[in-house]
Amino acid sequence: MNFQRVSALTKKDLKKSVRDPAILFMIFLFPIVFVLAFGFSFGGIGGGQSATYQIGAVNMDLTDSSQLWSEVFIDALSKTEILNIQLYPDNQTAQYDLTQGKVQAVILVPDVFSESIISYHTSPDDPSKWVNTTVPMYLDKGSIIATQVIPPIIQQVLTAIMGQNQHTLLNPVHLETASLVDVKKLTAFDFMVPGMFAFASIFLIMMVAGSFTEDRENGMMKRIRITPTTPTEFMTSQVLSNMAIALVQAVLVFLMAYAIGFRPNIGLPIYLFAFVLVLVFSLSNIGFGLITATIAKTQGAATGIAFVFLLPQLFLGTFVGASLSASAQVAGRFVPSYYVTDALTSLFLRGATVTSPVLLLDTTILSIFSIAILVIGIVLYAKYYRI
Amino acid sequence: MNNRDEMKETAIVIDKLTKEFEDVVAVDELSIEVEKGELFGLLGPNGAGKTTTINILCGLIKSTSGSVVVGGLDVQKHPYKVKELIGVCPQETAIYPYLTGLENVDLFGNLHAMNKDALKVKRSELLEKMGLVEDAKRRAGKYSGGMKRRLSLALALIHDPQIAFLDEPTVGMDPQSRHAVWDFIKELKKEGKTIILTTHYMEEAEELCDRVGIIDHGKVIALGSPKELTSSNNVKNLEEVFIKLTGRRIREGM
Repeated sequence: MNFQRVSALTKKDLKKSVRDPAILFMIFLFPIVFVLAFGFSFGGIGGGQSATYQIGAVNMDLTDSSQLWSEVFIDALSKTEILNIQLYPDNQTAQYDLTQGKVQAVILVPDVFSESIISYHTSPDDPSKWVNTTVPMYLDKGSIIATQVIPPIIQQVLTAIMGQNQHTLLNPVHLETASLVDVKKLTAFDFMVPGMFAFASIFLIMMVAGSFTEDRENGMMKRIRITPTTPTEFMTSQVLSNMAIALVQAVLVFLMAYAIGFRPNIGLPIYLFAFVLVLVFSLSNIGFGLITATIAKTQGAATGIAFVFLLPQLFLGTFVGASLSASAQVAGRFVPSYYVTDALTSLFLRGATVTSPVLLLDTTILSIFSIAILVIGIVLYAKYYRI
Repeated sequence: MNNRDEMKETAIVIDKLTKEFEDVVAVDELSIEVEKGELFGLLGPNGAGKTTTINILCGLIKSTSGSVVVGGLDVQKHPYKVKELIGVCPQETAIYPYLTGLENVDLFGNLHAMNKDALKVKRSELLEKMGLVEDAKRRAGKYSGGMKRRLSLALALIHDPQIAFLDEPTVGMDPQSRHAVWDFIKELKKEGKTIILTTHYMEEAEELCDRVGIIDHGKVIALGSPKELTSSNNVKNLEEVFIKLTGRRIREGM
């Protein structure tokens, strides 16, 4: 492999990216605009401030005690910066307001709530003496925020009033929905950020397909083939230049998200690993771009056909997928963007380490997917349009 | 074998070359030899097989049968070595519009793995000869049609190839540009380069070519110097030879 050729072709592609207004928009302006748009819509610009959620509470606690733990619990919920508690006399009224969208969740504090907490405090190490109970919670199913954000907050408050740390597994009061996500200071925007990295990178499909068909149409592909440039050198330059673009996009998305208030509590190595994941993911988009360029006869057709590969990735694999049906979420397992989004979510929000099993699994599947799609793209393109 | 054959080396040997595209025979048992340092004109109506022949000579497409040897190397067996020897100015004005003229030339110099100093010297020389020095730092997309064609020619020759294939290099140029390119081609010939030129301008072939081969339906129908062909066909010029041999019916290219 002659690196002088690879370097010359890579530089040429990067210059094109900077000088072509359409590509410039895709690479630089689009990530900035959409992160800003989502940031304004779902997060607090500048400070990472949390939104407040309206929660209906029905206190049915009948325990006869000097300290009613149900009141402590509701008071603790009110003191969070995130939840705004509205008390209801009965479940029916609360449910009605839930259906009207006036509250985003309703919790029913059961009749033995205080009794249950007291039983725990009396014999914290003897579960056989606990009075077990359940706090039913009804969520606004039309709201992605309600389903994802509210349960973990309530779980955390519940854990706190029982005087437990987060890692205590056993207690007598069970919330029906729970999560490992620490959402104390997070906004809906924060939950979207991991998917935004994938979201921006997916548009490489259109760029790669457009670039190949354009060069084919204007005779440049033929002209390159007349030089001693080998297919390996040419494809290496394409992969390198597009990975560089993906990296720039990822950095831009991160900087914009950071400016809006996204502050994941992670170290530099995790950041670096996150960018590596985005680069691996970009390989699949280059592959899909080549498949598109193989099918499309013209640059215009390539733009249209690119959506066949672009839309499933956008809807099934990024933050959009979280609000889709169960079957759509299963389908998401078949697109590479799902794995990069899940891995980034684990890194940024769940606090997973690089060596944790879920991350290793996501990284492995993502790598296999990406390399396979890239190889298929190269083989198909080379078969129908010699490189 | 005459005296000239003994003295000259052969640069290109096309032997019974055939290329079929599905049910169309684009090149049909074509045989031509081009001597080293010769300027050979490949003429023919649209769709005669000129560009297909050049594409095979460059290693862009494979022949159905027959052999092609360029610079002593079989094109099918050694395509990359052949590509180091040749320079090709394609029919399309293929340049990168978002790069400057200078960047376009540099790119192709690097694709031919030229060293930095040699590239710098050759780049200046070519841009000067093509009249592009003043516009070298402008984006090529903003050039006029003639400037784009001249830049395209510079890209083909930046690595100083011994053999050049010029596929209609002056198409769309004004008379001034055309004459400048003619002078440049003559200069290349003086330097001992072997050139295959395709053109639809018969006066261009008469002006520049040592020999011409007229091909039609993929076969050679006439071969010789412009003067030989004119006198043997008993007409005034090469255009009349061309019309006499290929007819007046309008052809469409493939």
